[in-house]
Amino acid sequence: MAFEPWQRGEIPGPIKAVVINKPEMVPALVKKAKKPLFIVGTGALRDEFNGKFPIDYAIRIAKGGNIPVVATAQTVVEFKRRGFTPTARMSLMEIGGRLTDPEWSVSDNGAPHDLVLMLGLGPYYMEWLVGSGLKSFAPHLKTISLNRFYQPHCSWSFPNLPVEEWYKNLEKIAQGMEKK
Amino acid sequence: MSKTRIKFDELVTDLVKAKGLEFSVGRIIKEWEEEPGPTPMPDIGTFREWDHKLLTKYKPFYLPWCDLCCLCTFGKCDLSKGKRGACGLDMKAQLSRFVLLSCSIGAATHCGHARHMVEELIAKFGRDHPLDVGGENVYLEAPNIRLVTGIKPRTLADLEDVLDYCETEIVHLLSSCHTGQEGDNIDFESKVFHAGMIDHVSMEVADIAQISTYGFPKADPDAPLIEVGMGCIDKSKPVILVIGHNVPPAVEIADYMRNHGLEDSIEVCGICCTAIDLTRYSQKAKIVGPISFQLRFVRSGFADVIVVDEQCIRTDIVVEAQKVHAPLISTHYKNFQGLQDRTGDSVDDIVRDLVEGRVPGVAILDSEKAGEVAVRVATAIAPKRKKFKIVPEESAVIEEAKKCRKCYACVRVCPNTLPIPEALEEASKGNLQPLSELYESCVGCGRCEQEGICPAQIHPHTLIVGASKRRIAEEKHKMRAGRGAIQDVEIRRVGQPIVMGEIPGVVAFVGCANYPGTWKEVPIMASEFTKRRYIVCTTGCAAMSIGMYKDENGQSPYEAYPGAFEAGGLINCGSCVSNPHISGAAIKIASIFAKRKLRSNYEEIADYIHNRVGAVGVAWGAYSQKASSIASGFWRLGIPVIVGPHGSKYRRMLLGRKDDKEAWYVIDARTGKSAYAGPVPEHLFIAAETMEEAMVLIPKLCMRASDTTKGRAIKLNHYIDLHRRFFGELPDDVHLFVRTIADIPVTMKDEVMALLKEKGWEENENPNPDPTLLPRLVRAKSEG
Ligand code: SF4
Ligand code: SF4
Ligand code: SF4
Repeated sequence: MAFEPWQRGEIPGPIKAVVINKPEMVPALVKKAKKPLFIVGTGALRDEFNGKFPIDYAIRIAKGGNIPVVATAQTVVEFKRRGFTPTARMSLMEIGGRLTDPEWSVSDNGAPHDLVLMLGLGPYYMEWLVGSGLKSFAPHLKTISLNRFYQPHCSWSFPNLPVEEWYKNLEKIAQGMEKK
Repeated sequence: MSKTRIKFDELVTDLVKAKGLEFSVGRIIKEWEEEPGPTPMPDIGTFREWDHKLLTKYKPFYLPWCDLCCLCTFGKCDLSKGKRGACGLDMKAQLSRFVLLSCSIGAATHCGHARHMVEELIAKFGRDHPLDVGGENVYLEAPNIRLVTGIKPRTLADLEDVLDYCETEIVHLLSSCHTGQEGDNIDFESKVFHAGMIDHVSMEVADIAQISTYGFPKADPDAPLIEVGMGCIDKSKPVILVIGHNVPPAVEIADYMRNHGLEDSIEVCGICCTAIDLTRYSQKAKIVGPISFQLRFVRSGFADVIVVDEQCIRTDIVVEAQKVHAPLISTHYKNFQGLQDRTGDSVDDIVRDLVEGRVPGVAILDSEKAGEVAVRVATAIAPKRKKFKIVPEESAVIEEAKKCRKCYACVRVCPNTLPIPEALEEASKGNLQPLSELYESCVGCGRCEQEGICPAQIHPHTLIVGASKRRIAEEKHKMRAGRGAIQDVEIRRVGQPIVMGEIPGVVAFVGCANYPGTWKEVPIMASEFTKRRYIVCTTGCAAMSIGMYKDENGQSPYEAYPGAFEAGGLINCGSCVSNPHISGAAIKIASIFAKRKLRSNYEEIADYIHNRVGAVGVAWGAYSQKASSIASGFWRLGIPVIVGPHGSKYRRMLLGRKDDKEAWYVIDARTGKSAYAGPVPEHLFIAAETMEEAMVLIPKLCMRASDTTKGRAIKLNHYIDLHRRFFGELPDDVHLFVRTIADIPVTMKDEVMALLKEKGWEENENPNPDPTLLPRLVRAKSEG
């Protein structure tokens, strides 16, 4: 599919996300980062495929890369049901705002973040807007959207993908992160 | 002294002979018993310092909805990633300017509405018509007006002075948005607050004018229950539909019917705030539903005549009305809709042209005439139209559904990304259930039916409505008519428990119907907090959505809960312009209960409310510019507002940093020393991702520095309980809200204590300061 926003009217501006053609890029980018962070929202509880949900991959990616996770809204419940405890629970707007502070880190006394992975941050347009806020006001960060649909304000994003292809990509990323 | 306009229909003197002459003279504002406060009629810069205090605590988090600015011909300018436009403006200033633009439009809309209303009511009832919003029960009749302007309005004419002031301020606010004016985002934000404050004054003018003249319920907790829902409309009668916010033409319809004995033979119903206000006038009128019901109701063909006034009317209403052969009457010069102005023509001629279909509609700028025309046309045309509709029968829905190619073009334009193709697939097999389930989450925007979207020429929204016939027939609910103000005596009763925190909060469900999911989320939230014995207020579309719900006993929340301003009450104040009764209740707590001086003493009262009145607004489906200005009026009073996910498109949040201890110090007015009060309330404006998150935010944002230990324990109990229910665990920030051991809810002591230990919590040495942000209110200093 073309590299265009999923919701047709959500045209950003001249600077748009680089498309992730090869999912292997993602583990490489994460491994290069000094202090990555993974934000997972309620969108990760939708779009079931073959008995799996995006949150299942989020857990593998986070564990594989030892990435701290911020769960938004009630996503935390599903994490815990799966035996995984996120580093923090925050509201999406709160974590978005926090990340504009170049000194802030989710772990006490930790180094500030330089890379943020996002998955399912509410409805499509909410992730779109938070991506936009970070693009302009968190210049110290790079952002990667693992959403099924193109998120033009992130530094990197998938294009709009059919669900099975998206899951294949999530699998490859999880495998890449799990490789020691 | 203020200026006023005087109109003479005919003036004859030795020097001039003029008709319709209008000129201005100075007018002395009548004095009244309360001593004037420091800031009568504040200008755009008067409260800059106060605003900056709030904006230091609650920092804007900007969410560019577009990277470009295209306001002037230097543009388009790309402002992303730290760039500045050709005029020097950066993205933060641009976004705050956009918020200001939105709030100025909102304030101007209410102010324009109020001006129009006051002029019309003066023409009908006279300049000296007294204002009365609740008789002996409401001595403090206009809290926002008195607080901001210093005027105590007694008659309709007094309201003109108030509007003169508001109009001046709105002009200055709007002019600040011009290229090459304000350049600092925080100063823009301060102007945003100013727009909100002016908006509440303007709305108050409109509502007290209509309450005083039309005999609306006057601060009545037992205002009658009226009918709401499409299923309530009696289609066997001629049906008149009114849409908008300015009620006088609808009142004239009701009067004409009453005067001609037609009350029981014609059905009058409405959408949006005109509907709410009409049911405050006539309990025979019915409410169809909120703004999102426009397309579905018009297309259902139930309405034989459609009468529109102003605001939130679909701008394609002429086209839509024509599709079902329903004549349209526009009653407002703000909203001609391209129709011919027939105000000067005879009623007989207009009726004939509409009934014979010679014109699609007419503009009639005389409410009385519009009322008569509407009734006569409805009576004459109903037998001809035979409820002509464009919503298909179920069998036709099934046939249409078979054409779907699953291209997802409709989904990609749907604001709520509804799963239309999946629902159509089921429908094509004869199962209409999934399609009809979309009915509750469809905001009725019609974007899925836009020209060129569907390659198979399917009209998804229309099919959703077609599949929902049974659901619609069952849409019969009850809503309490808007009661208007809160009585002074009610404030006296609840003032203390609110300020101490023993009533855990006042939650106001307000705003429009651009919901992120089913509208039922609003009544679910409202019922939850009513059961928890919060005071729950509501207005506008949210008030309708609350009514459109039945609990396990088949009752609407308005039947289940009392309409009094008390713990566990559910108070429908009325339409959009009734919102100042909610801000007014907070103001009255400071004035009536705490005896703070009210008159033109905004800063002190806002400081009181911010630190002591645990109120929070929830605008779950906010969509409009008016909604943004209503919210900003609450912000300047330091009252937090939560919006639904679509509210993130307002482009900025106002967020506190609970991890920054320095941000949460207040001054203890008793000693002048600074005291740590904790992050209360934590945010001033935040979009929640889900209803569950909003329900956890509400009790949290109701906490205030003045809570007694008992009050704080009650508030924490709700916060922890809801957090556990929806997030499955104890909140990890409880330690920030526990000031002393006595704050901990008894039943939760062990686990909370364990968390406090883990967090290294220490008891607050001064857990109950007399909190203020204003050094001038320190008593020790002034006494010394
Ligand atoms: S107003 Fe400023 S930023 Fe906007 S288009 Fe003009 S020059 Fe560019
Ligand atoms: S009318 Fe309803 S289904 Fe169609 S785009 Fe709007 S919200 Fe979606
Ligand atoms: S646009 Fe038309 S064809 Fe495509 S999925 Fe929607 S209804 Fe089906």
